[in-house]
Amino acid sequence: MRHLDEYRDAERVRALAAAVSRAATRPWRIMEICGGQTHAILRFGLDQLLPPGIELVHGPGCPVCVTPLELIDRAIELAQTPGVVLASFGDMLRVPGSRTDLLAARARGAKVAMVYSPLDAVRMAQEKHDQQIVFFAVGFETTVPGVALAVREARRRGLRNFSILSAHVLVPPALRAILGSPSSRIQGVLAAGHVCTVEGYEDYEPLAREFGVPVVVTGFEPVDLMQGILMCVRLLEQGRSAVENQYSRAVRREGNPAAKALVREMFEPVDRKWRGIGVIPLSGLALREEWKEFDAERRFALAAAMVEEPTACISGLVLQGAKKPFECPEFGRGCTPERPLGAPMVSSEGACAAYYRYSRSHV
Amino acid sequence: MCLAIPGEIIEILGDDPLTRMARVSFGGVVREASLAYVPEAKPGDYVLVHAGFALQTVDEAEARRTLELLEQLGGEEQGPQ
Repeated sequence: MRHLDEYRDAERVRALAAAVSRAATRPWRIMEICGGQTHAILRFGLDQLLPPGIELVHGPGCPVCVTPLELIDRAIELAQTPGVVLASFGDMLRVPGSRTDLLAARARGAKVAMVYSPLDAVRMAQEKHDQQIVFFAVGFETTVPGVALAVREARRRGLRNFSILSAHVLVPPALRAILGSPSSRIQGVLAAGHVCTVEGYEDYEPLAREFGVPVVVTGFEPVDLMQGILMCVRLLEQGRSAVENQYSRAVRREGNPAAKALVREMFEPVDRKWRGIGVIPLSGLALREEWKEFDAERRFALAAAMVEEPTACISGLVLQGAKKPFECPEFGRGCTPERPLGAPMVSSEGACAAYYRYSRSHV
Repeated sequence: MCLAIPGEIIEILGDDPLTRMARVSFGGVVREASLAYVPEAKPGDYVLVHAGFALQTVDEAEARRTLELLEQLGGEEQGPQ
């Protein structure tokens, strides 16, 4: 496949890894933000090709992993409500809430439908007039434009049985929280390419300056990742806290203006609790007042219960790059993809799942 | 979940820029995707598709430039150390 195979070429990856070795004169610690990047790094063994001093730590970029227990519980409560169908991306179905997960709830009679696109949920609402369709809107900046268009399409079609449960989260506020933590040891950052496809990378420029950390917007294929690491190491070696763009075939500095405009018209930033991390100010998105009729929390008057995380799960530390999955005593023992304690072990972007699947030597 | 895959636009369906859909081929597997956010996209273009939406047109000139940079790197690798 064009624009994919070129970036999976082993020769190119090896040449880039050799260039990283030549460029690095001392150890550096670099965080890749996105869980999709974490999986590619482990799957293709990129960490094994790097010189020993270059350490990759894994970031919070797994929307399923950071969705708070309370929202999963609310989604389950909705799916159990007569006349309601909860539509969700497949990745969310096995993530444990405080008592159960969506898949187990479905086995006991809750109505849960898996969809590929938020537009599928709108079509479902059009077909099932007598059912309320609630789309569980999970995802970073990459996913929000699709959800925005789905809500606008529901209004255009006059659908009164469609709403969303928004769990949307934003990368820059989370990155600020991580870099601003007194215990942060992160020296360079690989920004998530597809988030930047939508939002561009202007928001990272003040962060890079303020925290003295270079940021490289990076793609998801092995060549992309290795080139992003090389660019980041070169910036670190030069002592430059700049923002550079490795993923220029897909990312412009200003992002996608049409997508950004609709998202800003329909959504506003709100404080959001991140699972295992806590509340991060203005790090989530909720529908604006003009669109609140499509907000499931308004439509169904859901209870705002607070629940505690299981204490054995250290996912909060893993999501902030403070611990590696294999440093958790439960990893591969009390916590496996079949019986997960926390979300990073089941999500296709979770760091724990990546280590469990591709790096079994740690188990 | 931020997975987005490049595919080639085979055919554009409808001409309303806000509801425009396309048939997009991912190495032969064809799916429909919304072109609402890439109004300039045309058949033959590659677009990055995420959850049924094309989020950006792949910039062919930038893709060539990236690969040329990599070729230079390969040359360095084989040259004198």
